[in-house]
Amino acid sequence: MKKTNLIACMAAPIMIAAVLLLAGSPSVTASDQASATNAEVKIDNFSFGPQTVTVPVGATVTWTNLDDIPHTVVSTDGVFKSKVRDTDEKFSYTFTKAGTYSYFCSVHPKMTGQVVVK
Amino acid sequence: MAAKKHDFIDQKLQDLNNDGIDRRGFLKCMAWAGTGLVWTMSGGVPTSRAFAKTADRSAGKGADFSFVQISDSHIGFSKPANPDVTATLQTAINKINAMPHKPDFVIHTGDLSQLSKPSEFDTLDQVLKGASAKQIFFVPGEHDMLSDNGEQYLARYGKGTKGTGWSSFDHKGVHFVGLVNVANLKAGGMGSLGHEQLEWLEDDLKGRSASTPIVLFAHIPLWTIYPDWGWGTDDSEQALSYVKRFGSVTVLNGHIHQIMQKVEGKVSFHTAMSTAFPQPAPGTAPSAGPMKVPAEQLQRVLGITDVNYVVSGRSLAVVDSPLDGSSSAASGDAAPQVLMESEVG
Repeated sequence: MKKTNLIACMAAPIMIAAVLLLAGSPSVTASDQASATNAEVKIDNFSFGPQTVTVPVGATVTWTNLDDIPHTVVSTDGVFKSKVRDTDEKFSYTFTKAGTYSYFCSVHPKMTGQVVVK
Repeated sequence: MAAKKHDFIDQKLQDLNNDGIDRRGFLKCMAWAGTGLVWTMSGGVPTSRAFAKTADRSAGKGADFSFVQISDSHIGFSKPANPDVTATLQTAINKINAMPHKPDFVIHTGDLSQLSKPSEFDTLDQVLKGASAKQIFFVPGEHDMLSDNGEQYLARYGKGTKGTGWSSFDHKGVHFVGLVNVANLKAGGMGSLGHEQLEWLEDDLKGRSASTPIVLFAHIPLWTIYPDWGWGTDDSEQALSYVKRFGSVTVLNGHIHQIMQKVEGKVSFHTAMSTAFPQPAPGTAPSAGPMKVPAEQLQRVLGITDVNYVVSGRSLAVVDSPLDGSSSAASGDAAPQVLMESEVG
């Protein structure tokens, strides 16, 4: 084999390898961030559990009603308001702004909770 | 005879002072499916007896009229605590229809439906159509307010009412007031009447003679039974201050799905059983939700309430009933006062 050809042949795999190496390296993307920090709140026994959840901006909180009585999830500042949720029904809200969001069940107002968005 | 009655009354009031009605003792004497409470006011003194026991009695004798309270039918509910709430409501209606003295009307103290669905209200209406009493008065429960502040409920049952569904009417000299304490509830709070309704109530009662018997009915109890479970009304004090001057006040509530009674001066408070499912006694369970009992016991913990009024013009045996159980001397005034007597057995 001619010398130049040999070098060229060797270069290609090295380049390909280099490209592959770069492509495979982990990078932090927006979607990775959100799916790792979405939160779940269980509604059971006339209470929200956990009562306070802390999530980053952009996260989605999902409430699931495990009680045998319908409940609602209503922000005290009018930011979000679920339809009535019967047993096994869910409600989700994505928090796009930082802040502390107090909420309660408008049917059973003694039930209160908080979402802290940082 | 009179002395015996009074001793019994004192004894029962002692029970009330301690922990409300002793449910087990009370229920033991219930023979019946869907037990009810019969209230008879004789000469202005209401007497409540186990309904089943008085079916054959002349409970209505001498009564100017009677009416029945039902509550918490929760049509649409279908869980282990009661898979067929429509059937148990029908049983309650059958019971009303079988009463020897026909009630003039029925009062439903709320939670007609489970989810404020049109189909649920439709089913309720179907069952109620078969009631012998053709007039039915309603106040909503929180379960009836689940669609846009009670839009569905008001469209069907709000005729002649104001605001979120409150109203008053007179019947044979007794003044009835239906109040709504399940709208615009505030986070962390209990039941709420609201400023507008309270103003209306004050105005509604103005100028009425203090000897007019008053009946207030609302879904959530108008006295504080158990705040942790929301069993009370934040601003009921103000409402009760408006009725303070009247000689006889009866407060009928629902919401808690069990009988609780209290007498405070001239005001008698009573909560009704549900026709759908029972709930636990305060603090005896993690929460206030539907309580499952053995199937054969279900009908024993559901019920209706019969209220008989006698408004007589003569001097009445008026008995004050302070909470310590002592009774005061009879007064010669015509204004009927209220004493509650629970006879068990």
